[in-house]
Amino acid sequence: MTATVSDRRPPAVPERTPVLEIENLSVDYGYDDDPAHVLRGVSLTLHRGEVLGLAGESGCGKSTLAYAATRLLPPPGLVTGGRVMFTDRDGSRSDVLALSDAELRAARWQDVAIVFQGAMNSLNPVFRVGRQIADGIRAHRSVGRREALDRAAELLEMVGISPDRLRDYPHQLSGGMRQRVMIAMALALEPQVLLMDEPTTALDVVMQRQIVEQIAELRERLGFAVVFITHDVSLLIEMADRIAIMYAGEIVEDAPAREIYQRPRHPYSSALLHSFPPLRGARRELSGIPGAPPNMAHLPTGCPFVPRCPHAADACRAGRPTLGPTAFAEAGRSVACTLHDGAREVPQELAQR
Amino acid sequence: MATTTTTAVTTTPTPDGAGTPAIRRRQRLLFLRNAKAMTGLVIIGVFAVLAVIGPWIAPMDPDALSSDVLSPPSAAHWLGTDHLGKDILSQIMVGTRGVMIVGFTAGILATVIGVLVGVTAGYIGGAGDEALSALSNVFLVIPQLPLIIVIAGQLPSAGGLTVAAVIAVTGWAWGARVLRAQTLSLRRRDFVEAARANGERTWRILTAEILPNLTAIIAAGFVGTVTFAVISQITLAFIGVTSVSDWNWGTILFWAQQNQALARGAWWWFAPAGLCIALLGMGLTLVNFGIDEFVNPRLRSTGLHARELRRRGIRPRIGFTPVVHEAEEGRR
Repeated sequence: MTATVSDRRPPAVPERTPVLEIENLSVDYGYDDDPAHVLRGVSLTLHRGEVLGLAGESGCGKSTLAYAATRLLPPPGLVTGGRVMFTDRDGSRSDVLALSDAELRAARWQDVAIVFQGAMNSLNPVFRVGRQIADGIRAHRSVGRREALDRAAELLEMVGISPDRLRDYPHQLSGGMRQRVMIAMALALEPQVLLMDEPTTALDVVMQRQIVEQIAELRERLGFAVVFITHDVSLLIEMADRIAIMYAGEIVEDAPAREIYQRPRHPYSSALLHSFPPLRGARRELSGIPGAPPNMAHLPTGCPFVPRCPHAADACRAGRPTLGPTAFAEAGRSVACTLHDGAREVPQELAQR
Repeated sequence: MATTTTTAVTTTPTPDGAGTPAIRRRQRLLFLRNAKAMTGLVIIGVFAVLAVIGPWIAPMDPDALSSDVLSPPSAAHWLGTDHLGKDILSQIMVGTRGVMIVGFTAGILATVIGVLVGVTAGYIGGAGDEALSALSNVFLVIPQLPLIIVIAGQLPSAGGLTVAAVIAVTGWAWGARVLRAQTLSLRRRDFVEAARANGERTWRILTAEILPNLTAIIAAGFVGTVTFAVISQITLAFIGVTSVSDWNWGTILFWAQQNQALARGAWWWFAPAGLCIALLGMGLTLVNFGIDEFVNPRLRSTGLHARELRRRGIRPRIGFTPVVHEAEEGRR
């Protein structure tokens, strides 16, 4: 992405009312005696109108977090603890994990909509796209076919596709257009939260950019909050308000996008940012991260990043660090690292002001 | 094969291999831990053992006449005797071998024919597919039992293996059709196309890429054919088409029917044979359930502990991840 996207980005939303609060969410894979603990007490708050980026290596639990929070994890996924509080426009709160099947079905798409990884393959090849969008609308709202189709046309126009493509079959659209149709579908009921699981990963950069710009623009207009999951950290820095970095099923750092880019506080965030070339400014050494992510079924005690961390000390092996304020007590930032406990001096690369 | 992101987490390579051999051994034994499959295997195992040693351990010669004519079960004759004083228990034990040999021979033969025709037709496509499909369609619409009766009746000394061959030749088409459909769908999957693009030989693609994915269908077809073969053979014996002097469960039913066992109230004459047929059929069906769960890796980790899952209140469903609030502190 280039600089233009971020230049047009609206300033951070002034009033910060939470819309989705994930509290202590724990998820296992496997119903037997020896499950893999893929999420361990993850807490995350999404504010109204905010774009929250979730980043991390493959298998760190980004997608699991999004699917568990909406109860979409396929078997053998199992939510073993925590709450997911959704706050409606009128201020009423409900726990997504405690909803009955019927309530959950009604709330999906209406309150929280999802654009899946490779969502363009979710379209049924034998129906026209207009009918597929209209079907979704009619499942939640009691409107006529005509009205639903009108709305579908409106939605297509919104994502930059000419409404006369309503009568096209999915194979007549390009991959990027199909992906945009899925985004249009997700927005059909004006959801308050939009979960996007790598929505642009399968697309070329030009299409990626168009879609990302479109999402930013629509968000500005419609005011929904976005959780954007990707391992493309540079994309996130451009489009997200806030970024949460995940490692081995935990959030290790949660901070405003600009800050995490310029001043990472967790060794893993820093390493992740040094794994791709900077978009602007001086060139820097690309380091990559040595080693591999840990096996989630057999996690050691203590910080899971220890084997790969350049600053690992005995304190790191003793207990698992929890998300807390940084050593510099910056507002709106939290980090899970013993370096910020105050007992040790923070290394220079993690202490930039 | 494409691994979804969700499963990728659990298969992350690990530097420490702690517990892996144990897990692998446990996975192999999972099939045996499945109560249904286990019950089915035990039933079939008992009949298989009986098929091997039955003629030797039978208390008396099934053809030996005695003075106890049509006597109900007693200490001397555990399952009673028939109208000529022959021991029914001995007849059943000796007859098991015929039933099992015919059932499994016919099952194996029909499965082999079905796999060859079905997978080939599905994979090669074109004219070959048309020809093979036409062939299996012809066999599908042939009324099986009348044909078996005609063929078996034409062969003068139709022994067990002949009957098995006749059943296999008439019973393979259904399996072939199912396998062809599944192969057609597998053939267009990415991993098969990748293998073709790699220049793998057709033979290797079929055995290494396609057949493992067909295991469940082949196994289910095999079990179904064995059941069909057992029932066909017993039917043939019962209506007297095959030799009535070779003992199998159908022969017992034939003699019982010929001598009005039901009218004479001699329930011990036909009930044991009927129960054996039902029991063998049940065993085969239970194994079929087990196979289905075993060859599907996704079902393997979910379906096998139904009772344990119920106890913990877990109901695995797509789209509604189960939520269990248990031991929240213990997990931290």
